[in-house]
Amino acid sequence: MTLIERTLEAAGPPSPSAAGGQRWSTRLRSRPGSLMVAPALVFVAVVFAYPVLRMFVLSVTNMPAGQASSWYSNYEWYLTSGSQMNILRRTFVISAWITVSCFVLGFPYAYLMTRVGTRARLLMTGAVMLPFWSNLVVRTYAWVILLSDVGPLQAFLRSMGIHAPTLLGNVAGMTIGATQVLLPFFVLPVYAGLQGIDRRLLDAAVSLGASPGRAFRKVYLPLAVPGIMAGSTLVFVLSLGFYFTPALLGSPKQSMISQQIVQQTNALLAFGRGGAMALVLLASTLLILGAAALVTRRHTRALGIGGGR
Amino acid sequence: MTTNYGVGVELRGLTKRYGDVTALDGIDLTIAPGEFMTFLGPSGSGKTTTLNLIAGFVEPDAGHIVVGDRQLVGVPPHRRNIGVVFQNYALFPHLRVEDNVAFPLRERRMKKADVTRKVGEILEVVGLSHLARRSPRELSGGQQQRVALARALVFDPQLLLLDEPLGALDKRLREDLQLEIKRIHNEVGVTFVFVTHDQEEALVMSNRIAVFNNGALEQVATSSELYERPRTLFAAQFLGDSNVLRGPLQRRGDRLVLQSGTLSVEVPGHGGADPAVNEAALVVRPEKMRVRPHGHAVSPTDNSLVADVVDVIYLGGRRRLVLEGAGQKFLVDEMAPEEQYAHGDRVVLSWRIDAGILVDVHPGGSTPSADAPPSLERATL
Repeated sequence: MTLIERTLEAAGPPSPSAAGGQRWSTRLRSRPGSLMVAPALVFVAVVFAYPVLRMFVLSVTNMPAGQASSWYSNYEWYLTSGSQMNILRRTFVISAWITVSCFVLGFPYAYLMTRVGTRARLLMTGAVMLPFWSNLVVRTYAWVILLSDVGPLQAFLRSMGIHAPTLLGNVAGMTIGATQVLLPFFVLPVYAGLQGIDRRLLDAAVSLGASPGRAFRKVYLPLAVPGIMAGSTLVFVLSLGFYFTPALLGSPKQSMISQQIVQQTNALLAFGRGGAMALVLLASTLLILGAAALVTRRHTRALGIGGGR
Repeated sequence: MTTNYGVGVELRGLTKRYGDVTALDGIDLTIAPGEFMTFLGPSGSGKTTTLNLIAGFVEPDAGHIVVGDRQLVGVPPHRRNIGVVFQNYALFPHLRVEDNVAFPLRERRMKKADVTRKVGEILEVVGLSHLARRSPRELSGGQQQRVALARALVFDPQLLLLDEPLGALDKRLREDLQLEIKRIHNEVGVTFVFVTHDQEEALVMSNRIAVFNNGALEQVATSSELYERPRTLFAAQFLGDSNVLRGPLQRRGDRLVLQSGTLSVEVPGHGGADPAVNEAALVVRPEKMRVRPHGHAVSPTDNSLVADVVDVIYLGGRRRLVLEGAGQKFLVDEMAPEEQYAHGDRVVLSWRIDAGILVDVHPGGSTPSADAPPSLERATL
């Protein structure tokens, strides 16, 4: 979790606390208010750490009946199963697509948020948060209706003379649905990052002979990288674990890893295998978060964020 | 550093409105090639708007901007070839010092070897060669401002605009950098336009000062001219301390008299003031006033009145007396005090009639003609 925090911190406007070098234990001692996080730590320990531990124990003890095996055979089964590895790979690819579409939609949106007045910004924040305020089931079924072959979207496209490919029950449907759900997780950190960029830097670049487009590319974009990294990482990691949206808008033939885990635990009662899969997913997630944090930190260091401007 | 000669700037009828607010109301101003011109005025007076118009960050609603022989209205800022130094430095935080300075050269697709040479030269001029590989955040405020100067000068602009560049620095550093900027101005020969709200800074640095008020020019003159002969009350009060007497003007025989409350004082006849005005102001600088013990004789070429000492302030090299007489407050600066005074002493306050300056009361009442700077050649425009 601290990795996410760190990524988020790095995205925000420069703050001295972003110095990630300190160990959390030192931080805890050096900050007087740190006792206040104790309840949260206990909560995380009970509802996160303990279940993960249980899952791990199950994954190395609970074997499918009738298989003589060693402690790692659940992992062996998973990592050597071609179809499962396909699904894992597909999960990553779809997550990447979702991240890309969040970027394509979310970056201009976040940029616009920094350029409009207070009232419009409030409206835009509300609009992007809208998915949070409506029920996930209702929303996802709404997409089923909208995207179906006989739905309004396809009807509209047909009336325009466009014969679009099927948008439901495949990767396209999953990406559309997940993008809507995850967009706020991209827009908000990116907005926070862009907000901290001094617009006078663009004036400066232009006065030095850069065209507005080049000023944007050479000055604004590099400074926006930490925020974009934070938003992308968040969206990517959340997509990896997505279950409900792909289950409804995708198809069993193109399932993602979460659907497979549900299959193992709910249908086949293979808790050990389910646990092993979940832990492989967790490990890859942590790896990605770590890599993202590393890249972001190196970049922010180069930017000199943390010092005064 | 190759010395390139600055260009003249000609502003004609420059006007900018934001909604109903007129930020700039028909400015006319001529700046000579190579001149150090300061825009002085309170915030909101239009000085920064004028700078932004010259730089091209905003476009005027009316008027002309000519720099050198180029008409600039409508030309995008990146094609104007004007250096700008910003108040908050506006250094690119993701680039090292040398890359910040190289930025304008690379945008001009200059050859690599030339970039390296020019960056080296200009860093030498501002004395920062040893910090070329640092990141801007590792520099002090003063060093950052030098980098900003180097970056704005490296591409040989013929005009440099400085927008309150010393505003964020402490007093000592400001004074150092003021001299530094003057030195660089002399060295590179570029025309400098320097915006400030600090009158002392304006006096230290400029060939000429343009005093802005309410989106208009109050007066354009050299520092000494502005101090000795301000044309408007605003200019007089903005630059230096002053004693001001206000009231109607009357001609009595061959003398011109200003009636301020119960006090009537003679004002200098020159200045071409219209005696019919019912509200004029007389400005007398504190160091032009004289205090002597009560009962002391007064010369006929002086104005005088009896006053009481309210306060005596020691100011290092001089002493300031605060007096009250005829229902008004007066400030008197004495460089070489002869007598000791204390609160409550009754004294005679006097000043030579021709030390008084008759000024316009209403801002913008005078039309500032484009005076040629005395020590510089007239812009050929």
